Amino acid sequence: MESVMVTKVEKDEITGQSTTGHEWDGIKELNTPLPKWWVYTFYACIAFAILWFVLYPAWPGVDGYTKGILGYSQREAVMERVAEGHAAQAEYRTGIAAADLAEIRADPALLNFALAGGVAAFGDNCATCHGGGGAGNVGYPTLADDSWLWGGALEDIHATINYGIRSGHDEERYSEMPRFGADELLEPAQIDDVAEYVLSLTGQETDKAAAERGQEVFMDNCAACHGESGGGDRTQGAPALNDQIWLYGGDKETVTDVIRNARRGVMPAWEGRLSPETVKMLTIYVHALGGGE
Amino acid sequence: MNGNGTVDLAGMAEQGGPGPNGPSLDRDVEVHDAVSTTAGGKQPLYAPRIKVYPKRVQGLFRRLKWIALSVLLGIYYIVPWLRWDRGPLSPDQAVLIDMPARRAYFLWIEIWPQEVYYITGLLILAALGLFFVTSLFGRVWCGFACPQTVWSDLYLLVERWIEGDRNKRMRLDKSGFTLDRIWRKSLKHLVWLAIAAATGGAWVLYFNDAPTVVPAIFTGEAGLKVYLFIGLFTAMTYVLAGWAREQVCTYMCPWPRFQSAMLDEDTMIVTYETWRGESRGRHKKGGSWEGRGDCVDCNSCVAACPTGIDIRDGNQLECIGCGLCIDACNEIMDKVDRPRELITYDTVTRQNARAAGDPMRLRLIRPRTIFYVVLLIVVGAAMLFSLSTRSTLDVNVLHDRNPVFVTLSDGRIRNGYTFKILNMLREERDLVLSIEGLDGATMSVVGVDGGGLEVLPFTVGPDQVITHKIYLAAPRASISDGAEDIVFVLEDLNAEEGGRFDNVFRGPER
Repeated sequence: MESVMVTKVEKDEITGQSTTGHEWDGIKELNTPLPKWWVYTFYACIAFAILWFVLYPAWPGVDGYTKGILGYSQREAVMERVAEGHAAQAEYRTGIAAADLAEIRADPALLNFALAGGVAAFGDNCATCHGGGGAGNVGYPTLADDSWLWGGALEDIHATINYGIRSGHDEERYSEMPRFGADELLEPAQIDDVAEYVLSLTGQETDKAAAERGQEVFMDNCAACHGESGGGDRTQGAPALNDQIWLYGGDKETVTDVIRNARRGVMPAWEGRLSPETVKMLTIYVHALGGGE
Repeated sequence: MNGNGTVDLAGMAEQGGPGPNGPSLDRDVEVHDAVSTTAGGKQPLYAPRIKVYPKRVQGLFRRLKWIALSVLLGIYYIVPWLRWDRGPLSPDQAVLIDMPARRAYFLWIEIWPQEVYYITGLLILAALGLFFVTSLFGRVWCGFACPQTVWSDLYLLVERWIEGDRNKRMRLDKSGFTLDRIWRKSLKHLVWLAIAAATGGAWVLYFNDAPTVVPAIFTGEAGLKVYLFIGLFTAMTYVLAGWAREQVCTYMCPWPRFQSAMLDEDTMIVTYETWRGESRGRHKKGGSWEGRGDCVDCNSCVAACPTGIDIRDGNQLECIGCGLCIDACNEIMDKVDRPRELITYDTVTRQNARAAGDPMRLRLIRPRTIFYVVLLIVVGAAMLFSLSTRSTLDVNVLHDRNPVFVTLSDGRIRNGYTFKILNMLREERDLVLSIEGLDGATMSVVGVDGGGLEVLPFTVGPDQVITHKIYLAAPRASISDGAEDIVFVLEDLNAEEGGRFDNVFRGPER
């Protein structure tokens, strides 16, 4: 293939149009000029581009880039927007910081803001374990139901979020279920009996004789925390055993395993990690998920 | 044609197109050296625009165009000022699109945002109407009713008042920077801009209360949006009607591109009676008409055409069907004492019949037009039906997704729903909500004490939308296969109006 540049303007005989002077294998290209407005738009684009190079960051260098005389930076622009956003929220943030939880709930504007802030903070920090919307997972309580381990009132939820459960915080919520099997506090047969009894509390099918034997064991070893009727104790975080909500599972195998080895679930303390206002907003949000008391 | 394939006006004249002073011609007939913008076979890819200087004509179609212009502009400017009493809480403007309040008012009809499908219906009706009229009478929309045509016509009128008719305007454009040219051009653009501003000014009246926004516009107190839209419409009107004109029709508008799909041989179109006009040629006064056509080749039709085409080349994309060439030709035919309507408004079939000396009647009722009428009636009836039976109550129910369901401590299953109730009446309404299809279901409203009800009462204020989160709980035994189809039934006990809203209740898979 050969390309020849011809400087003289040549006319094509058939169309009467001039050629561009480009020729490939004997085929010549006709010159069909662009309309004026098109050409001028093109020039305007070039002028715009040059202006842009001068005003804005444009060319990458070895260790940096040309800054442009306006000194514009996308990062700074974003930070400004964020600061603006925070400034716009200042009224609500200070309001939430100043008010107590009940006051926030009573003030529609603060409540609205707290719920919105709570959704975001919950998604970032809590949903990994507790699921979106507090749906819960095995071992991580559902926050939208009507059953609470450590209490579902605003103050209770606030304390749980702030200090955590078995978190090592000075004011942590703490309790330990004994490991009845692993530490040989009960015989395997007794554990089996008590498991039968626990299942009988929720009306599941059980071995009646075993359950009766298990009742005695329960009263001696479990009722102190879980209550004589199995209703649980929120001051110790002892779950109710007579309702339909199971943290780890309500089948015999799981129940036996829990009695034998105990579960000591941990929730981190959020005080210090999240701002006090965020913890308040989370409290309001969790309380509103459907189980708040 | 010059080397680039463009039309060279001066060259054409030199090549022997006899000027208006040709010695042997009929002196009554002014011959124009107008050349159609579509003349010639080969066009370059990007043709430079040949400015069109439409000549003034008089006649039936010009009169029709003036009437259409007055009526349409009248509607445009008067409608926002019409009042309609809707009570103390609503605006009293007969036609108003209230963007901030999300309402559109059209006389007694009030459209809420979720009802914009009525606009879809209107657009469908408009499209069908357009197809129908086009199949009967060709592009009457383009020639008489399209805003581009109406405003271009108005702009041309101004241009003619200030700069004179075609020949004067052409001379003026060729003259140098004379005082005469400068003041005429300046005045014309000033008037154009004033018309453009009035166009934009009227547009915003459809979105604001006219009597309050007009003084506000002049005192600088109207909102930024108002000025922005006035500016936008001023610019658009000025550019499109003043400068772009026929280029809007030939380059920008899609309608001419598929108009041929609407036309058939029984459609009335602006057409040249080739059989009678050809062979064309200049005619000497008193000369014989034997052995020649009636067309005296005066180019009056081309000079009058607002898109600058030659109708004698046949129906074409650029023809907007305005009929001004008919008026122009009739003037000439009267002068040379030949029958009128050499350029006529007729169908292809009838033209063929007349050419064969066998006149026939107009066929307005044809399968195509019947089809369009039926479609128009069906869509129109459907719209009227839905409009007359539309509910003044609407409910949006959204099932919570996260969590889909929650097991309660007593073993019951609870689902959450977000309820939005829209009361489109201007009075307070007492409503009750109940559930069908779920045994043992109870409801409670989040944030309202006392739940566990089988029927929930609501009060919705006039013209109000309320949003509630509702919890619905049911025994686990009521749910089979993880989901149960349920119906929310909302009733207005006073008005005997209500609605049923299908939804689903989810629980654990068995």
